[in-house]
Amino acid sequence: MDYTVEFDEKQFESIENILNEELIELGVQNVLLIDLAGNIIVYLDDGNTQHDAYSLAALAAGNFGAVSAMAEIIGEKDFPLLFHQGDKTSMHFNKVAQDLLLVVVFGKNISLGFLRLKVAQAIKKIQDLMKTAG
Amino acid sequence: MALINPRKKEVQVKLVYYGPGRGGKTTNLEYIYKKFQKSIAGKMTTVKTYGDRTLFFDFLPLDIGVIKGYNIKIQLYTVPGQVKYKATRRLVLRGVDGVVFVADSMALREKTNLASLKDLQENLATFDKNIFKIPLVFQYNKRDMAKQGIPLLSIEKMEKSLNSKLKVPSFEASALEGKNVVETMKKAITLTIVSLKERLELKG
Repeated sequence: MDYTVEFDEKQFESIENILNEELIELGVQNVLLIDLAGNIIVYLDDGNTQHDAYSLAALAAGNFGAVSAMAEIIGEKDFPLLFHQGDKTSMHFNKVAQDLLLVVVFGKNISLGFLRLKVAQAIKKIQDLMKTAG
Repeated sequence: MALINPRKKEVQVKLVYYGPGRGGKTTNLEYIYKKFQKSIAGKMTTVKTYGDRTLFFDFLPLDIGVIKGYNIKIQLYTVPGQVKYKATRRLVLRGVDGVVFVADSMALREKTNLASLKDLQENLATFDKNIFKIPLVFQYNKRDMAKQGIPLLSIEKMEKSLNSKLKVPSFEASALEGKNVVETMKKAITLTIVSLKERLELKG
C-alpha cells in the first residue's frame, strides 16, 4: 500500500515542535521525517549545518527499503533501526510507522544512548499524534 | 503518492523513468540536469556500478514553480533496467505519481521493451496502482541510431507494440542529442499535476 496518512497544517506544526524539543534542542545537526517514497514531511536543522535534504531523503528511503527487503530474506519482518557511524558525523534511522522514517544526523558531541532515548520519546509523541490523524 | 504540505505550501511529486536496461533513462536525466543546472538547487544523485550501469537509482529534484498557491517540487527518479534488479525497481516505484517509459527503438530490443512494460505493470500492481490509470508517457528513444545504419522499429510499429491498448502520449526522441527529452518530461509533469488537481483543490 502507498503512504496514505495525510497531515493537516496543525499536525505538521506539532510534529515540527516535537522534533525541535526532543532532538534539535539536544544538539543534533539535522532531523528528517520522511515517507518511504522519499518525500520529506519535516526537515529541521540546527542553523549551522545544511545538507541536500531532498537527495538525503531519497537515499534514506531507498536504503531503508533495501534493508527491509534483506530482512525479509532472512526471515525478519524488518530492521526498524539502522545506525551508520562516521568519523565525525553519524546517521540514525528509526521506523516511526508503516511508511514513515525518522532520520537524525548528529556529531560526536551527542551520546548515542541518550539520542536513542530522545528518538524513542519523539516517535511515541508522533505516533500518538497520528492516532488522531487516522 | 504526492506529499502535500499545507504548512510549507509545497507539493512533492514523484516521477519515475522506467524501461529496459541501456534504454536511455539515465541519459534523459543527465540531459535535463545539464540543461537546467543553473536553476536546479540540488545535485543529480546517482547510485551506479563501476561499469556505469544504474545500480539503485538516479535522482534529480526540480522546482517547477507555483500552481494553485503551492510550490511544486518534481522528484525525478530512474530505475535500474537490467532484468536482475526487479526487486530494486519495485522499491523505487513506491509512491510513484507518474511514469515516463523510455523504450529502446532498436529493432532487436522489441521483446525487451515488452518485458519491461509487463514488469512495470506487475510492480505497479503490488502497490495497488493500475498502469491504465497512472499518468504515463512513452518515449521512443535512440532515434538517432538510424544515422549509423542500425535497424530501428518504425514509430508506427512501436506504437502498435507498446501503446495500442494504453493509448498514452508518446514522443520519438534522442536522449543523447537531447531531442524531445524536455518535451517528454513536460508532458509527464503536466499529466501528473492534472491528476493531482482534485487533491490540491481540496487542500485549498
